[in-house]
Amino acid sequence: MVDPVTVGIIIFVLALISGFEVITKVPPLLHTPLMSGSNAISGITLVGSLVAAGAGEQRVAEILGTLAVVFASVNVFGGYLVTDRMLRMFRK
Amino acid sequence: MRESLIDIAYLVSAVLFIFGLKLLSSPKTAVRGNLISAFGMLLAVVATLFVKDIVHFRNIAIGLIIGAVAGGAWAYLVKMTQMPQTVAIFNGFGGIASALVAISTLYGAFKIPEGVPLEWNRAAVGLSIIVGSVTFFGSFIAFAKLQEIIKGDPISLPLHKLWNLVLLISALVLTGFLVSSGNVNFAWIIFGVSAVLGVMLVIPIGGADMPVAISLLNAYSGLAAAISGFVLNNYGLIITGSLVGSSGFILTKIMADAMNRKFVDILIGNVTIQMTEEAFAGVQIKGRVKKTDPQEVAILLDSANTIAFVPGYGMAVSQAQFAVKELFNLLTKDGKEVYFAIHPVAGRMPGHMNVLLAEADIPYDKIKTLEESNSLISETDIAFVIGANDVVNPLARDSKDTPISGMPIIEVDRAKTVIVLKRSMRAGFSGVPNPLFYLDNSYMLFGDAKQSIQEVAKEFKEYRKL
Repeated sequence: MVDPVTVGIIIFVLALISGFEVITKVPPLLHTPLMSGSNAISGITLVGSLVAAGAGEQRVAEILGTLAVVFASVNVFGGYLVTDRMLRMFRK
Repeated sequence: MRESLIDIAYLVSAVLFIFGLKLLSSPKTAVRGNLISAFGMLLAVVATLFVKDIVHFRNIAIGLIIGAVAGGAWAYLVKMTQMPQTVAIFNGFGGIASALVAISTLYGAFKIPEGVPLEWNRAAVGLSIIVGSVTFFGSFIAFAKLQEIIKGDPISLPLHKLWNLVLLISALVLTGFLVSSGNVNFAWIIFGVSAVLGVMLVIPIGGADMPVAISLLNAYSGLAAAISGFVLNNYGLIITGSLVGSSGFILTKIMADAMNRKFVDILIGNVTIQMTEEAFAGVQIKGRVKKTDPQEVAILLDSANTIAFVPGYGMAVSQAQFAVKELFNLLTKDGKEVYFAIHPVAGRMPGHMNVLLAEADIPYDKIKTLEESNSLISETDIAFVIGANDVVNPLARDSKDTPISGMPIIEVDRAKTVIVLKRSMRAGFSGVPNPLFYLDNSYMLFGDAKQSIQEVAKEFKEYRKL
């Protein structure tokens, strides 16, 4: 049985490599949307924030979690919408 | 059973993110790619709401509604010219969310998963706070500079880099204390020290070096998410965060190459290099500046066959993209070959110029990269430089002693005629004087870029009617 920490590190390295492979193919034309699109994806921290906000273990944890939900969801909603707005201009 | 299903949902989300990013490689498929990626996010969020620890949905609803309204409004109201600061601040929000989640674990928000040593978990918490806080406060400074809330010029303290090193080492030592004691106060101190580090990293970066800084902060926001994946032992977060991290690092590398800087230098904060007085004294410029006016430019345009537009940050500042489009239409209708030469670091973020040209409906097959432009430039009759300076400075190619030496440029000096639209004779951001303005084949059209182009278009129309 491999311990979860090692599994995490393996996944981290493999994901970095696949990221490099996928993203080197994006042309300079689309670098801004790539940036704002990947930025929206980094809002995935929202997942952790939701658990922290909703676990109700302790008042402070809840407050921190709720704040994190606000920040991460601005990142997610704003990031995807603004990327969509930009990409629609490119399609024309 | 439920836990496994949630993990599989995260995996599906990660796969959707990868495909979404892959579809971003062409303008035709990019909109779909972004939607697929957004669907991946929705899936991850819905799956999370089934995690059995979640009992209070009220906080979540409040947080999501505030975030959705604020983010949505921002996305729709922001001007395309303000895209660099928008990306910067959104990046920062992702970073601080990661840091807050990490701190909340010390207040018991999460159970430490089985098989994960306590020390490892606390180390990941410390790192997550460092990267998240640096990302937020660094991004905030970048935002403030781009939005001109604070001055955009580089600000350096004496021994600036040494202070940065001291701050970084302190943050790491404090993480060591956090690991051994588990005392939550250390987390807040780490947060504070890293905040200062974030400010210190970005405050010496100004203007034309912003594309590098924003790319790097983008990479950090991904890294922050990946590290919080380690904190929560959530593989979905690890995969996704590292995807974003690699995207940011690739862009940083591309920007560094486009400025002839070493990637490693950029990472340790050597972003802005300013012109020294000795180097300035070493620059000998021959020739004289020739002023031109819209009428004369219109006549020159009439006899030209191939015309290049070379935009820079000045085009964004004066919002000239629609005026450029109008002139572009007139010229192409007249049967002239017109293209846009885009330097990778033109503007304030990677791809900045492309977004503005897309907004003005310029067909993207008319947009040429640095290499493509340089192979077309000697056959180009007129090169229009619109508010660009360092990226067309021949000294970058011809001299070894300036801060921009070795940086690839768009070699407009090899075009038959160069018309430079500029407000004044001021040097570019790097402080390096530009001999381009003094060449025999170059003419200066002083004034606001948008206004100048509108006047040229008007004169051209009138001239053709005769």
